[in-house]
Amino acid sequence: MRFTTLTLAMTLAAGAAYANPVAPGDVSFSDTGAIAESLTGTPGDAASGAKVLADRGAGNCVACHKISSLDAAFQGTVGPSLDGVGDRWDSAQLRGLVANAKHTFPGTIMPSFYKTAGYIRPGDEFSGKAAKGDLQPLLSAEQVEDVVAFLTTLKQQ
Amino acid sequence: MLRTTTALAVGLIATATLGWADADENELVVNGEIEITTHAPAPAYVDGLTEIYSGWRFREPDTQLTQMDDFDNPAFLAVDAAQITWDTVEGEAGKSCASCHGDVMESMKGVRATYPKWNETAGEVRTLAMQINDCRTENLKAEPYDYTSGKMTAMEALISVPSRGMPVNVAVDGPVQSTWEQGKEMYYTRYGQLELSCANCHEDNYGNYIRADHLSQGQINGFPVYRLKNTKLNQVQDRFQGCIRDTRAETFSAGSPEFVALELYVASRGNGLGVEAPSVRN
Ligand code: HEC
Ligand code: HEC
Repeated sequence: MRFTTLTLAMTLAAGAAYANPVAPGDVSFSDTGAIAESLTGTPGDAASGAKVLADRGAGNCVACHKISSLDAAFQGTVGPSLDGVGDRWDSAQLRGLVANAKHTFPGTIMPSFYKTAGYIRPGDEFSGKAAKGDLQPLLSAEQVEDVVAFLTTLKQQ
Repeated sequence: MLRTTTALAVGLIATATLGWADADENELVVNGEIEITTHAPAPAYVDGLTEIYSGWRFREPDTQLTQMDDFDNPAFLAVDAAQITWDTVEGEAGKSCASCHGDVMESMKGVRATYPKWNETAGEVRTLAMQINDCRTENLKAEPYDYTSGKMTAMEALISVPSRGMPVNVAVDGPVQSTWEQGKEMYYTRYGQLELSCANCHEDNYGNYIRADHLSQGQINGFPVYRLKNTKLNQVQDRFQGCIRDTRAETFSAGSPEFVALELYVASRGNGLGVEAPSVRN
């Protein structure tokens, strides 16, 4: 806890909000698959998060999930509807779900969006060729926080 | 967090149920006379399915209709071109396919239904494409086709026509067994940065939508397939490459031992469906 506060203070002092995101390999998950601390030390932006969810080139979450409030064509049915998801999970658990849902649901089909190792034949994006150099996570730390910020707004009660 | 578990469990059951129900009830009869089985009990060795369905049962009615009459099916332009190739002498041996095999509609009856299969002389599992190329290089003394080329898919389509409606009946044991096991292992491997296996989409989620795409069981009784999306005949291993690429993975090359194994295994998951090739999909 103290360490995190210190990191945050240093980040703010440097004046760059996202200077020190937690690296994918350093993220720690609770027993239930939650991530307690923000990956960036800064609250995410819900409006940007909504774009990440709908964008084919980013999260493309709507490929599998329906979100009624989102203006995106052809929302998928592979995963559960995310309507009301902010009532069902707190932000730490939502952060864990987006970063690596396999800690919450072992074996789930849902891809891990903040992870860079442990893949079988990883490709160079959608080229079908082998990945070159170090892999980037599917979403940046900032994008994960933005998505979490948006998900917490999905409340029905 | 406990509170949420029940709600989620209920949601998942609903999703799973949809997956089983979502093939339509239409029946496939081509040219008003060839009845094609598009729904059958799953073979016993397919652990994850009880019923098998052709991809045709998941397409829109207008796409389905296009396949029901050879005059409407755009694949038949390629079939006609391949018929000319079949009868034309090519290569240093001075022969055509017809020199050895005569009328394709008679001699090739049933062939498409049993491939990939074991070739005793060569001691290998052969796909139809491999056999076509073997005849070209050994019997015609002509150049092989590129594995997924237009000429190859056209020839595969022509050879498939006389088998339409016959049940797919690919051998899974005996000398092919180890290849079949390799293909099975690949089918359940979660490739790429999205960590998705064939089974994740085509076994666990057929009937569901992934964005705009209505997921089928990924059966291959219809290959080669004329796709409205790219307006050409598509070779089955070309399709495998596309699906693996979509998981952000490094694919395998067409004609590789891995894809031969995968093709054998996927073909066997459709044992009992009717041969549809050349079919029409979106
Ligand atoms: C390939 C499919 C797929 C994609 C893509 C996907 N998910 Fe999921 N997601 C699932 C499935 C399936 C579940 C249900 C958990 C399970 O597998 O048991 C799930 C569960 C969830 C849950 C918990 C839902 C609840 O009702 O409790 C959240 C939150 C979530 N996903 C968010 C996201 C976000 C945000 C993205 C994109 C950044 C995303 N998902 C992308 C398939 C997917
Ligand atoms: C991310 C999801 C996904 C994965 C993983 C996936 N596919 Fe597909 N596949 C699709 C979609 C979408 C289609 C087009 C709609 C349909 O027919 O299901 C398709 C179509 C197919 C078809 C064409 C079926 C027809 O009737 O024309 C075959 C064959 C196929 N897939 C095989 C495979 C194999 C083999 C694998 C694994 C190597 C695989 N797929 C992995 C999504 C996927």
